[in-house]
Amino acid sequence: MYDFTTLVQSIGNFLHGQFSPGVATALEWTLVILVYLALYAILGLVLVYVERRVCAFFQLRLGPNRVGWAGTAQTVADALKLLLKEPVTVNKADKLLYNLAPFIITLAALTVISLVPFAKGLQAFDINIGLLFIVAVSSLGVVGILLAGWSSNNKYALIGAMRSGAQIVSYELSVGLSLLTMVLLTGTLQLSTIIETQANGWWIFKGHVPAIIAFFLYLTASIAEINRGPFDLPEAESELTAGFHTEYSGLKFAFFFLAEFVNMFTVAAIATTVFLGGWMPFHLGDWAGFNAVMDFVPPILWFFLKVSAVIFLMMWFKWTFPRLRIDQLLKLEWKYLMPLNLMNLVFTAILVYLGWHG
Amino acid sequence: MFRAIYEYFKEILLAIRGLINGMRITGKYIAHARKEIITQEYPDNRDTLQMFDRFRGEVVLLHNENNEHRCTGCSACEVACPNGSIEIIWARREDPETGKKKKQIETFVYHLSMCTMCNLCILACPTDAIKMGHDFEHAVFDRSQLTKVLNRPGSKLEKGVEE
Repeated sequence: MYDFTTLVQSIGNFLHGQFSPGVATALEWTLVILVYLALYAILGLVLVYVERRVCAFFQLRLGPNRVGWAGTAQTVADALKLLLKEPVTVNKADKLLYNLAPFIITLAALTVISLVPFAKGLQAFDINIGLLFIVAVSSLGVVGILLAGWSSNNKYALIGAMRSGAQIVSYELSVGLSLLTMVLLTGTLQLSTIIETQANGWWIFKGHVPAIIAFFLYLTASIAEINRGPFDLPEAESELTAGFHTEYSGLKFAFFFLAEFVNMFTVAAIATTVFLGGWMPFHLGDWAGFNAVMDFVPPILWFFLKVSAVIFLMMWFKWTFPRLRIDQLLKLEWKYLMPLNLMNLVFTAILVYLGWHG
Repeated sequence: MFRAIYEYFKEILLAIRGLINGMRITGKYIAHARKEIITQEYPDNRDTLQMFDRFRGEVVLLHNENNEHRCTGCSACEVACPNGSIEIIWARREDPETGKKKKQIETFVYHLSMCTMCNLCILACPTDAIKMGHDFEHAVFDRSQLTKVLNRPGSKLEKGVEE
């Protein structure tokens, strides 16, 4: 009922009919870039507001509630303030790397959301190695963090960046292994096909216990990978002032801040796509009436509903658990998450061999 | 060896139980967030704002409806004050009723600018004449306005305090 393929196709046909092939392709690219940049900015603004508000409610505070209706325009005001601020550069900073770092982080965050399927046919970049590509590109962000920490010429920034490096090297394994578990079940790496396989039930229900274990392992490991609390060691406020972005101000700081929140969205979106059926509506067995009602809700709404549920879960984690120490962090990965992941992988392989899945 | 494996999984399950317990507590908070918010929306609720009983805003000298206070001028509070916020200027005056000379306060000077709200003067007062007020809006445009005279003009000692 809600299929975006024809709409996207007709826009493409229109452009190709009006212009020569080269110009049409360039225009298509520009359109995609504009849409994703707008999405990037809007996601950042919305998520910052939601984070502050949800955090406030967890701590029995009110949160921003002055600017606009219930404080919704607060982040817009903050963004304007950041835009108007003076970009201060440290004298002894490595100017090239210092200015490059925010862009690398933004680039990594943007590239990953280009693969996310929002609805049927609403996906910018559908390659057959989607999941592998996501795992590969999402860890590029740490290069930006390391550059930022190194080039700032500040001890706190450097310690933060080094912690981030150690964290990514460890937790990337768990992210990869937990996604690999799911690839065993789906039998494909392409994100659109992964969603197609969940038409008769989401993997978290179809995949029995291993899928549930993999879901929580993935969530834990990727929260650590995007440096979010309780794993926010690279910018531990009480220890390292602001961590790797201590020396950044104004717009460059905004880039780091925005990338952090968009990364949160990306992680939630991948979790939704792989475990929670992406834009597939919720179906309950043979209840035709109930299923028809669920089908009536647009898939894009389903997608954002599931993503916000996962994001809420992540916020719940962040505002409940205390921050880990660096040795506890590494112990958690190497002594618990990775062995569990490997066991889960073998378990799933047996399950798939016996043909008990889906 | 099996013992070690058992311990390993037991540790994981205990950790998960601990985490879920924590999440249940914060989950309870967010579920009741609307009712239980403890933040005050201060400038808006100025008229209805109720401060807590133990809040210390400033030192006040209590007066009753006949413009009488309970301060005998013993200067115990002045001695107790660690930073000299209180100055009591007293004099021996003739009591109009009995005709005897008696110690009375002229002015109870209170330097709000120096007060740290430590509550020692209130504890020292033998007649409970002073207590901590709940007013906290002390911003003024000149420092001299922070030096206050606490006894009201024409006020006198309440009867029966000295007995």
